[in-house]
Amino acid sequence: MKQKNIIQIIILFFVIAALGFVIYNTQQKIAAQNISSGFDFLQDEASFEISESLIEYSSFDTYKKALTVGLLNTLKVSILGNILALLLGILIGISLLSQNILLKKLCQSYVEIMRNTPLLLQLFFWYAIMNSLLPAPQEAISFAGTFFSNRGISIPWFEFSSFSWSYPKFKSFNFEGGYTLSLEFVALLFGLVVYTSAFIAEIVRAGLLSVQKGQWEASKTLGLSAWQSIRFVIFPQALRVAIPPLTSQILNLTKNSSLAVAIAFPDFVSVANTTMNQTGQALEVILLILLVYLTFSLLTAAFMNWYNKKISLVER
Amino acid sequence: MSKEIINLTNVNKWYGDFHVLKDVNLTVNEGEILVVCGPSGSGKSTMIRCLNRLEEHQKGKIFISGTELNSEAKNINHIRKDVGMVFQHFNLFPHLTVLDNLTLGPIWVKKVPKKEAEKRALFYLDRVKIKEHAYKYPGQISGGQKQRVAIARSLCMQPKILLFDEPTSALDPEMVKEVLDIMIELTKEKITMIVVTHEMGFAKEVSDRVIFMADGKILETAKPEEFFNNPKHKQLQTFLSQVLT
Repeated sequence: MKQKNIIQIIILFFVIAALGFVIYNTQQKIAAQNISSGFDFLQDEASFEISESLIEYSSFDTYKKALTVGLLNTLKVSILGNILALLLGILIGISLLSQNILLKKLCQSYVEIMRNTPLLLQLFFWYAIMNSLLPAPQEAISFAGTFFSNRGISIPWFEFSSFSWSYPKFKSFNFEGGYTLSLEFVALLFGLVVYTSAFIAEIVRAGLLSVQKGQWEASKTLGLSAWQSIRFVIFPQALRVAIPPLTSQILNLTKNSSLAVAIAFPDFVSVANTTMNQTGQALEVILLILLVYLTFSLLTAAFMNWYNKKISLVER
Repeated sequence: MSKEIINLTNVNKWYGDFHVLKDVNLTVNEGEILVVCGPSGSGKSTMIRCLNRLEEHQKGKIFISGTELNSEAKNINHIRKDVGMVFQHFNLFPHLTVLDNLTLGPIWVKKVPKKEAEKRALFYLDRVKIKEHAYKYPGQISGGQKQRVAIARSLCMQPKILLFDEPTSALDPEMVKEVLDIMIELTKEKITMIVVTHEMGFAKEVSDRVIFMADGKILETAKPEEFFNNPKHKQLQTFLSQVLT
């Protein structure tokens, strides 16, 4: 017993010594290279443009504002992506158990192709395809008030300031009115949704299979249709099994959105990278990135755990 | 009074190579209480599960109140509205309260307004003497209570036919009686009941006819007195001597 304590104290001593060495060394190097540490740089002028933003931004704004723009872009793609990936994943997961052989095989191939190729490759692929196949804005493909071109997708949008619908129109060089989703955003969103939905589909399939056969029989006997059985009886029970692995997928999509850098979508990591290059504040910026993703992930996990507890079965 | 409601003609079923039902012929009249017994693996459960298409028969014809059971979805849905079933393992929906278990079918299949469905559910819960547990979940009540809830759930659909698939086999001995009492109560209604069971007391007391099955065939059909006092088939004699000791 005593010997054990002594060993632990020695190990603790070494850990503290190693940490102290790293911190001391870093401070020395930073001082030697004349880099100021701390987060004061956030108030400096960013002097770089960001191609798309949810808030008003120009290159005269601060780094803080630039990083906020990146943060909002990450949130935009993550929230929208998770919602769409869940919907698509559930749909495909249910189809994987379909009696219709054609539908089933089609969905199986989808899952196998999507989850067995690297996401980065898929992002390049979708971006390249959209970039080369979609026409220039002048010859945009229009469908139900929406325009598809290599500038992106312009959709009708509800304008709250004038409280009316605004429709996109092509004016000399670009679209005006409506809301234009950039090609980078669309490719990233599409790639993330398609990739993650394949994993979600498998989780949903496993969840549905985990529900006892007797539950299907009881709901059939009551005269419920297949769709009603899934909706009221099978799916709510499958969800209990599926929530923990689904949480992992939601977190994955959010973190994978940082691959945006590869196709020039200005997400948080992309803006942070530029900031890091311009200011040289590598340590601080990396700390910020860590903090942002950690906060996202912990918040998501906390919400999902709360939801899981809420829907768990009541036993005596 | 004795209108025919179920008719099976030369019904055959196979599980792969295994011949489960061999030329089963059976007619059941409206309001009749029929008990099906026989050794395990004799095809009793399979037969009654064919009556609401939980299992498919491959040869022969089944008519339920004049509608033929075939692969047509319209017919199957029509028949399932009239045929209720109580399972050995209750199969209550564990994520719904007792009351919601009972109202799910009426609301979504029979399009009964929610208020009325709840009123009906409470009425039947009262009949199976379990009204005080209406807002509990199935995980919070005992096996016997679960089976009574399952019976009430079938009754809420106001079926013409009720199938019981070994309703007391999964229960602790002290709970068997509470479920049997409810079933005996039920026999006073006009509902046609087909009961697969090993409870010979129930068969003697309330059934109109008893059927003995073995190896996928119906070997004997008789009124209960005849069935128990004067069994003709040798296999039935052996079976009864084993069960009635």
